[in-house]
Amino acid sequence: MTMINAAPRDDFRLSMLIYDTRYRAITIQLFVLALVLAAIWWLGSNLQANLEAKGRPLSFEFLWSRAGYDIGQTFIPYTSDSTHFRAMLVGLLNTLVLALLGCFFATIIGVIVGVLRLSKNWLVALLTSIYVEIFRNIPLLLWILVIFVPLYEMTPAPNAFKVTDEMIASGTEPAASMILGGTVAVTNRGTYIPGFLFDRGFEAGWMTALAIFLVIGGSLAAHLTLTARARRVQEATGVRPTTWWKSLIVLFAPLALLLWSLGFHLDIPQPPTRFNFEGGVVVQNPFVAMLIALSLYTGAFIAEIVRAGIQSVSRGQTEAAFALGLRPNRTMNLVILPQALRVIIPPLISQFLNLTKNTSLGIAASYADLRGTLGGVTLNQTGREVEAMLLMMLIYLSISLIISSLMNVYNRSVQLKER
Amino acid sequence: MKKSVFFGALAATTLVAGMASAATIDDVKARGELLCGSSTGLTGFGAPDASGNWTGFDVDLCRAVAAAVLGDATKVKFVPLTGETRFTALQSGEVDLLARNSTWTMSRDSELALDFVAVNYYDGQGFMVKKDLGVSSAKELDGATVCIQTGTTTELNLADFFKQNNITYQPVNVADDNEAQSQYVAGACDAYTTDASGLAASRATLPDAENHIILPEIISKEPLGPVVRHGDNNWGDIVRWTYYALLIAEEKGITQANVEEVLASTTDEEVKRLLGASGDMGVKIGLDNAAFKNAILAVGNYGEIFARNIGEGTSINLARGLNALWTQGGLQYAPPFR
Ligand SMILES: N[C@@H](CCC(=O)N[C@@H](CS)C(=O)NCC(=O)O)C(=O)O
Repeated sequence: MTMINAAPRDDFRLSMLIYDTRYRAITIQLFVLALVLAAIWWLGSNLQANLEAKGRPLSFEFLWSRAGYDIGQTFIPYTSDSTHFRAMLVGLLNTLVLALLGCFFATIIGVIVGVLRLSKNWLVALLTSIYVEIFRNIPLLLWILVIFVPLYEMTPAPNAFKVTDEMIASGTEPAASMILGGTVAVTNRGTYIPGFLFDRGFEAGWMTALAIFLVIGGSLAAHLTLTARARRVQEATGVRPTTWWKSLIVLFAPLALLLWSLGFHLDIPQPPTRFNFEGGVVVQNPFVAMLIALSLYTGAFIAEIVRAGIQSVSRGQTEAAFALGLRPNRTMNLVILPQALRVIIPPLISQFLNLTKNTSLGIAASYADLRGTLGGVTLNQTGREVEAMLLMMLIYLSISLIISSLMNVYNRSVQLKER
Repeated sequence: MKKSVFFGALAATTLVAGMASAATIDDVKARGELLCGSSTGLTGFGAPDASGNWTGFDVDLCRAVAAAVLGDATKVKFVPLTGETRFTALQSGEVDLLARNSTWTMSRDSELALDFVAVNYYDGQGFMVKKDLGVSSAKELDGATVCIQTGTTTELNLADFFKQNNITYQPVNVADDNEAQSQYVAGACDAYTTDASGLAASRATLPDAENHIILPEIISKEPLGPVVRHGDNNWGDIVRWTYYALLIAEEKGITQANVEEVLASTTDEEVKRLLGASGDMGVKIGLDNAAFKNAILAVGNYGEIFARNIGEGTSINLARGLNALWTQGGLQYAPPFR
């Protein structure tokens, strides 16, 4: 070390870039970087040249032209007169909603199954192993079909719920009936559930939503201060004041009052007079099928990760917790899982990324995700394959990077903190 | 030395992209096989039968081209393509020729850089519904759920039709005919819309065909025809004139069975040119003079192909209608063979 530091600084020769260990690492890195950049530049200019030779230079103008097609599930207003750009957004939202809910349910399934797989109950351990092995070892595309097809083959069509005048006269019942007190209808197109209606809502729907959101937030804050004060009193005096009825009032009275003043009532779906149910909200089968398939499939992988994480926590921890008198499920929640999380989170990130990318199989269940709109119909109708593919790659890449950086932040917060 | 190898490789890779699209006919001859983009399975138009042989109206066109170019109608490899993948497959050179119920439109001709060389079936978009739905016109479909193949012209026509009539619908986009059919049969959609010919073909495969009706409205023009890549004009000529040869054969009464007989006895100069007995029409486009005779020998004339695959009496049961020869009040008309 001292020798290197003592090397005279003034007589720098070019050969030192290769022979001097101080500079060699940097030289190699710069060289590799230059090669990579050259390769990227070469691929890019090759693409550009070939496209130009075909008379179709790269252009994203098509995004601003009229899309001309309709989409089954849209979370933002969209018609066939909207632009291809908007069609892309519609697809992106469909992808994101599916990915978000998918990650949520896959995690729940994964944690439960991962814990149960270690159960001492032979049957439970066996059943959960069967689930994991079956779902891990059969391609996702098949699962999507296996779930989607029965969903529309085995459920009644909306017009099976239809009640005509003749039927009333002759006293015959419709072939199918709604469940949960006549509020929910499971059909081969989707599940119709009650929606929310406000007779005296604000002009803009989002203001109504904001008002409700604020009131709920306020109630929660009030509830938290209430319990915090109760704890302080308990810690000071040893007697905890009763709070449950105050909490109930604080939590629900303002909301009830607000809903009442907005003229809230449920919008219960009505059996079809023509083709489809009227009113209510429909959760379409393509979405349901994709959600179930993605959650179960990824859940199986997460279960394995959770199991491995739990097994990585040494047995002594459990024994120590038992020795302190903790019950088994408190041991799991307070001692094992928090430590296991450190092992679980990094591979969990990959599973979230996989799930997100797997949403692109949507077309198998007629689900209009980003691949279906931008990478499907738009690509096909405009003939802009390269542009659409580049855009899609960019978008999936951004989503993945965002997910992994968020998860990395979380990961850092659960890692062992050395003080 | 090392440097020149590197640049050589670089130049070679850059050239490959250009070379692939040089001359399709040379590629086909070198390969000894025609790659034909076909539907994933549409009875009567293009589908493998029980023993795996592809048959159908579009399939026969590919066979005719193979017979003309390679002298053997069996030297075709059929590549099943969905509505969404077909054009990319053609552009990228995965297939030499696309014969898959594809509609000739301006943007496909220009933006997609394709060439439609002929119209082998004049069609229009229709709707199929179950009889017990009690609908007798497409305009009564307000609020209905409609199954539709993604990546098709039908998808765009559908949106326009409902918009123009101020009615709404719920689209269900599916990847291919099979999937559309199974959702339609299960009642997951009230109506299935595609080219009327495709509807007839779908309906023919339903066990209870009599319970399904095709609504009277035809909401668009769908000229269906074989497609090649833009830029290889000679290959376009080959496919175009093979098709016209089949049309002229019908016009002149030449059939699969009587080709040799006609060739021996004819006094009609156009027929002689068609069958390669005079002039060198085949050579003009880089083929044998017997090319068109081979095509007719392999699959018969246009009328025979129609009758065998989709005509009256088959399960598809389509009338010639617009697809009758111009001499019989239809639109099928071939330019003179001279
Ligand atoms: N002619 C329309 C529609 C073509 C189309 O997809 N036709 C359907 C039914 S007529 C088909 O060939 N399906 C066969 C398959 O799914 O492979 C177009 O070119 O966009």
